[in-house]
Amino acid sequence: MPPAPPAVPLTAYLIVSAILFSLGAIGFVIRKNVITMFMCIELMLNAINLSFVAFSYKHGTVDGHLFTFFVMVVAAAEAAVGLAIILTVYKNRNTLMADDIDSLKL
Amino acid sequence: MQQLWLIPLFPLIGFLINGLFGRKLPKSAISLVAVGTVVASFLWVLKTLSAIMPLETPHIETYATWIQSGFVNIPFEFAVDRLTAVMLLVVTGIGSLIHVYATGYMAEEDGYYRFFAYLNLFMFFMLTLVLGNNYLLLFVGWEGVGLCSYLLIGFYYLKNSASTAGNKAFIVNRVGDFGFSLAMFLIVIQFKTLTFQDVMKQAAQVPVEHAVGMMTVICLLLLVGAAGKSAQVPLHVWLPDAMEGPTPVSALIHAATMVTAGVYMTCRSATIFLKAPIAMEAVAIVGLITAVLAATIGMTQWDIKKVFAYSTISQLGYMFLAAGVGAFGPAMWHVVTHAFFKALLFLGAGAVIYSMHHEQDMRHMGGLRKYIPITFGTLACAWIAIAGVPLTSGWFSKEAILGAVYHHSPIMYWIAVLTAMVTAFYVSRSMFLTFFGEFRGAAVPAAGHHGHGDEDDHGHDDHGHAVEKHDDRAHAVAHNAAHDTEPHEAPFVMWGPLAVLAALSIVGGFFDLPHFLEPALPPAEHVAHEAWLEIVGSAAGILGIVIAHIMYVAKPEMPDALTAKLGGLYRLVYDKYRVDEAYDLTIVDPLIGGSRSFLWKGLDAGLIDGMVNGAGSTARLVGGFARWIQTGNMRTYGAWVLVGAVAVLAYLGIGGGVR
Amino acid sequence: MNLLTWLIVLPALSFFLLLLLPKSMSGNAKYIALGLSLAIFVMSLGLLGPVLANPGAPSFEINEPWIEQPAIRYHIALDGLSLWLVILSTFLTPLCVLISWNHIKDRVKEYYAFLLLLEVGVIGVFASMDLFLFYVFWELTLVPMYFLIGIWGHDRRIYATLKFFLYTMAGSVLMLAAILYLYSLTGTFDYPVIQQLLASGRVALTPHVEALLFFAFFIAFAIKVPLWPLHTWLPDAHVEAPTAGSVMLASVMLKMGTYGIARFCLPLFGGAARQYAGPIAACAIIGIIVGALVAMVQPNMKKLVAYSSVSHLGFVVLGIFSFNQQGLDGAVYQMLNHGVSTGALFMLVGMLYERQHSLEIKSYGGVATVAPHLTTLFLITTLASIGLPLLNNFIGEFLILQGAAIANFNWAVGAAVGVILSACYMLWMFQRAFLGKTPHDVAHHVTEINLREFVAVAPLVILMVWMGTATQTFLPSISGANKIVLEQTRPANVEVAHHNAR
Repeated sequence: MPPAPPAVPLTAYLIVSAILFSLGAIGFVIRKNVITMFMCIELMLNAINLSFVAFSYKHGTVDGHLFTFFVMVVAAAEAAVGLAIILTVYKNRNTLMADDIDSLKL
Repeated sequence: MQQLWLIPLFPLIGFLINGLFGRKLPKSAISLVAVGTVVASFLWVLKTLSAIMPLETPHIETYATWIQSGFVNIPFEFAVDRLTAVMLLVVTGIGSLIHVYATGYMAEEDGYYRFFAYLNLFMFFMLTLVLGNNYLLLFVGWEGVGLCSYLLIGFYYLKNSASTAGNKAFIVNRVGDFGFSLAMFLIVIQFKTLTFQDVMKQAAQVPVEHAVGMMTVICLLLLVGAAGKSAQVPLHVWLPDAMEGPTPVSALIHAATMVTAGVYMTCRSATIFLKAPIAMEAVAIVGLITAVLAATIGMTQWDIKKVFAYSTISQLGYMFLAAGVGAFGPAMWHVVTHAFFKALLFLGAGAVIYSMHHEQDMRHMGGLRKYIPITFGTLACAWIAIAGVPLTSGWFSKEAILGAVYHHSPIMYWIAVLTAMVTAFYVSRSMFLTFFGEFRGAAVPAAGHHGHGDEDDHGHDDHGHAVEKHDDRAHAVAHNAAHDTEPHEAPFVMWGPLAVLAALSIVGGFFDLPHFLEPALPPAEHVAHEAWLEIVGSAAGILGIVIAHIMYVAKPEMPDALTAKLGGLYRLVYDKYRVDEAYDLTIVDPLIGGSRSFLWKGLDAGLIDGMVNGAGSTARLVGGFARWIQTGNMRTYGAWVLVGAVAVLAYLGIGGGVR
Repeated sequence: MNLLTWLIVLPALSFFLLLLLPKSMSGNAKYIALGLSLAIFVMSLGLLGPVLANPGAPSFEINEPWIEQPAIRYHIALDGLSLWLVILSTFLTPLCVLISWNHIKDRVKEYYAFLLLLEVGVIGVFASMDLFLFYVFWELTLVPMYFLIGIWGHDRRIYATLKFFLYTMAGSVLMLAAILYLYSLTGTFDYPVIQQLLASGRVALTPHVEALLFFAFFIAFAIKVPLWPLHTWLPDAHVEAPTAGSVMLASVMLKMGTYGIARFCLPLFGGAARQYAGPIAACAIIGIIVGALVAMVQPNMKKLVAYSSVSHLGFVVLGIFSFNQQGLDGAVYQMLNHGVSTGALFMLVGMLYERQHSLEIKSYGGVATVAPHLTTLFLITTLASIGLPLLNNFIGEFLILQGAAIANFNWAVGAAVGVILSACYMLWMFQRAFLGKTPHDVAHHVTEINLREFVAVAPLVILMVWMGTATQTFLPSISGANKIVLEQTRPANVEVAHHNAR
């Protein structure tokens, strides 16, 4: 293995990841449009991916990479299913505002 | 092998043919099948008996295993000993006669095929009952004849009273069967078998029980069973109602054969009974009470079939009395002679009813002697036989019973003699009312027809015959309407059997049956004949006839005066001691009411379901508190997740992190 | 794959086939279901030979690992105890298809699919030799029945399904807990292994633990039976269920409870079972009498038959807890009898319902005049149900009562009262519905039984006579298996077990 180049410290990655995650989380809570909320979820997932990769690099193992790919696959599947659901919801209800979609409520 | 199984098989085939295809067959074919199979069975009995006749020991045929579980092994097994031989002859012989008679009596009825199918089925079960060589096969016949009795009592199923009477018969019989089946279980526990020979062989070794023990309990339970089937007090209530069935049924099932099954079973179990003197005493007392009560009721009834029904109960009581005092031979003798004369009485009554266009109330009869002499002649034979006129069949068996009873207990003897007099009285009364005096049929206004019995729950008066006001049974015929009021003689197919039975009623007693039965029954002590006993017995019978003659022929105004004087007592007897009402009040109504209001609405729907539903609503209540969190808003949920995650992280952070 | 596995797999495949059937072909669903279920029945007859030859030992055994950790095995086998119940299930399914022929009009293919799924479940229950596998199949039967009642039921079907589901779930959860506890003790779910371990004493249970485990199993089974006082779900479920649902429920699913008791409770926890035989027999006898009395006053035919089931199943439980050959043989025989005669009763009541659209007895009367053949079949079934000799129930009742009498004569006295009462309620219903004059609307609506309906009921009626006379077809194999069960049932735990009153 070649010697490691001068590294960006792990903390930096983690800070970026934390910021991204917080953006996603807060966005999910405060935005009303379902598509935006959906994008926020993707943001959170990617934040996690970033930490995984960073840790993987730090520990010199491939586990983190592996998980990242898993997450990406799941995210892709989720995007497919999720968008399909959103489309159907829109067709049925003619709205994408999350507050109006509350038929789970008793 | 004598192919004993053929005996019940013939009627079964008849049942299957008539039951499955009878609807499409002409009446002549139905009659041919029905009568033919029973006669075939009778002939086969004759052939078999002649082949195996001395019959000092039973002839047993085993066919197959029926039930086998652990040590309980019950085969399909038929056996003939002398007791069975007698029953076989009575059942198939009288059965054949009654089948012939019924082809005439039922000729105009709807459901002709159904009637004969049931009747053949009855023969099958009765023969199984008699032939079966273990208690369970006997029980098969026992329940089976009960079923046929149910079907035939309810034959006029459009009439509510008929189907109710059928139910009553079945259910009361079930109470008896309850006792019988429990007795069987105890027999299995005690003897490990239900086969008669094995049970009796072991029972003979058991010491006589002078306190209540196993044998006594078995016998008392058997008595319950016998009382149900043979209509003994307190389970006698079904038999009078059973008269809702067609008259040939009353003759065959409710007089000659089925109801004597209890006596047969008691004699069959004689060895066990002899080990249980307490139970024997109970049998005798039940028999005596039944004989007395039923005979007194018989004096007061107006419906000719009801009179004979109570007479049957009373005579069965006599047989039980005989069995109870250990006179099993005379009991069976009386079964046979009773089968002759009581079948004759019922068939004769049927002929009378037929000739009266389905009128049963004796107050509307009278003077029929002139119109239907043959019927009168044959009935007279039965009359003197049941009254115990010397040298008739009934006299022999009755004297044998009375003699045995005297040696057991003089008090019982005198009560029994009195009952014999009452018996002679009520039969004579019915004969005088029916055949003597003036014909009262036309004199009674039509409205009166409906006034008599208590069972005038008329089913369907809507079939257009204006004249047939009397009864449904008057389904009868249009041609009756032409000469409605004039009684007319029954056809030959009906009086032919009557004549045969009449001959048997007179001479049937000359065959010394108890002596014949000795090999089949446990040895009984022989009692010396005392001539004065026979004189007293005969006198009682003749006295009864004379009194009846005075009251109903010589001084016809006397009965009314007497009933007026007796007042309440007479009403009580007339109302059959109000036993039915008492049962309704103490058993039926509380059971139904209690089941509905307490067991169902209270316990099931109220308490148990209340608890179940209570558990459900408690869960709902708890859920209700947690419900406000569930807004249904996705973003709120997200926020909750976030808050939760932050809380967990904060906890871990404060706690020092994961190690 | 042996025949037994095929009998589980084929109905499952049929289930999927029917579900995937294109909408355009849903009219053919009933023909397909009939053909498949008949084929399965014919195949199941192949089970007879090996099992009858050796009823005490497991036949058609397959014992393969299914899940490595926890060690759940696909262990199935058949012996004389389960053989006839499996055949009863495969036999009744085509009849149920026939009986639903015209009655089911919407969601046809789903309906028949669920019937076949039910068949998968019940065959699996009777064949499983692994406790976990057993539990899976046990729960699986709930699903199709839930939908059968919930979708094709009558007016109060939602209440009935919920009640049915929750009642049975409550019991099964207890059983699951007990199964898991046994696993933690023994490290296996395999029933014969656990039985061996417990019997040999290598895994010893204290009487207290054994009693707890016994009741955890027993309550689950008792709810299914249903044993008084856990029976109140049954009348509601029956009244609301469609005819075929009632038939399968009464004829097969209730037997899962009694089968479970005989198969698992006795050999595993014999000590506790014997110890508590007295109270359980008391419940059974109360059930016999109370069930009959309540049946007597029911205005609704299906409720009446449902309560009569409570009464009849009380006999079965009583027979099992007699702990002798007669009682146990009678109990197993009575399971089959009840399946045949009550199945037929529900079918016949269902036919009346299809004609008159009422289950109230008082909306009938005089049916005998307008539909004599229907009446004859009903009468024979009634007579079988009240235990007339030469018909099936008599054999079962006789053996059970005999067994109970040997165990404790008072039990027989109490239970025999039920025999009297059964005549009361059945004959009264028969009288009110079938005899008497025919009201106008009955004459108008109630028509004679048709060929298809006759074909559905006639086999059952033939069986009633067959099982009442030629008992040797069935009893030796049942006896053979029961003998093993009794040998495996250990003596009572505590000194004061059940004392003999005679």
